[in-house]
Amino acid sequence: MQYEFNFAALAPYWGSFLSGAWVTIQLTVASVALGMVIGVLCAIARRSAFRSLRTAAGIYIETVRNTPFIVQIFFIFFGLSSVGLRMPILWAAIFALVINVGAYTAEIVRAGMDAIPHGQIEAAEALGLTKFQIYRDIIIMPAIEKVYPALTSQFVLMMLTTSIASQISAEELTGVANNIQSNTFRSFETYIVVGLLYIGITFLMRAAFWGIGQIAFPRRRKLGEA
Amino acid sequence: MDGFGTGHLVYLLNGLLWTVVLSVLALLLGGIAGFGVMLARISQRRWLRRVSMGYVQIVQGTPLLIQMFLMYFGLGVAGVQVPALLAAALAMMIYSSAYLGEIWRGCVQSIGKTQFEAAETLALTRWQSLIDVILPQAARIATPPTVGFVVQLVKNTSLASVVGFLELTRSAQVINNSLFQPFLVFGIAAALYFAVCYPLSLWSRTLERKLNAGRRQA
Repeated sequence: MQYEFNFAALAPYWGSFLSGAWVTIQLTVASVALGMVIGVLCAIARRSAFRSLRTAAGIYIETVRNTPFIVQIFFIFFGLSSVGLRMPILWAAIFALVINVGAYTAEIVRAGMDAIPHGQIEAAEALGLTKFQIYRDIIIMPAIEKVYPALTSQFVLMMLTTSIASQISAEELTGVANNIQSNTFRSFETYIVVGLLYIGITFLMRAAFWGIGQIAFPRRRKLGEA
Repeated sequence: MDGFGTGHLVYLLNGLLWTVVLSVLALLLGGIAGFGVMLARISQRRWLRRVSMGYVQIVQGTPLLIQMFLMYFGLGVAGVQVPALLAAALAMMIYSSAYLGEIWRGCVQSIGKTQFEAAETLALTRWQSLIDVILPQAARIATPPTVGFVVQLVKNTSLASVVGFLELTRSAQVINNSLFQPFLVFGIAAALYFAVCYPLSLWSRTLERKLNAGRRQA
């Protein structure tokens, strides 16, 4: 192996690397927040008393979960622009990511909801809690608490998935890397640096979710399960 | 401008064939490497556990897309000109070895220490107890999540398109570049992926239900 590594060639681009990482983080935060909302709504729909609602949510979830994200993002981005609906690349990327992660979140949250003993809901009804209160305090929050570790892993996976947005030329970390390597011809080094940045973001994310869990689920902290 | 014809469909089906080939390769290679990762993760040697832990953290902390690029350009750097299929298969092997290794480690460790201890009191070596006592039990638990992971694997072969491997997604891109009917072309591609993945998803779910049948409360 005659190759000489030259990381110095990448030094002038450190600002681009960081701005790419920043876009990746922004994409992730936006998609996690919106995906969580979609996910919870779909989980509720999946358990609804209305058959049509259950079926619709089921079709959405199974379609998204059984097709690759890259096909989904092409379908949305190129599809929408072919019917004249042009939107900024980052918006399209977030749109596709939210649709994608919403389906996975829905399945995870639903599993948590199914694990809530029915007696607790009956107890809440007996105490005269309203339907909204029951959903919020007895079903949704405890369900999320139960599946929080699974959700964290899913969102980290989603952060890694944002790299695919580079394929519609979004300027996130991987997109930036593609540009830098074509400028410097230092592809191997570029992707090593970017890989390390992704690992850094992964750790950041795990730490952030641990912190959010500590604040959002005080009971878990008290029980020492966190 | 011509519409979508039989020729296009045959082209897509040919892409699907290569998607399946790559998935099978990735599962075989990744399964072998993943078995090694699992063994290293439960090893009695601390350094081996540490090293394999680091390996898993690195692979699970970077996007498969980056791993594809690294493998593709990295092998080029090493002076080896490899076909896109091989580069993609190697990247998929590394990717799946980390995930399968972790899934299987969880299954082996869920078997319980007492089984290992019982095997030890019967004077079985560690290898004997692993192969004759632990793995047969772990395999039963491991099947549903492994099939579930195969669904991920099939979907993720789509990323081989970025290194120019002509699988289903790349074929769809090529057709779309000439027809520019993205809803139709990518819709059909999605339907083909669905046709492969959905039965596997259902199978994984059925297996899981069967496995839990004994544990379910009335």
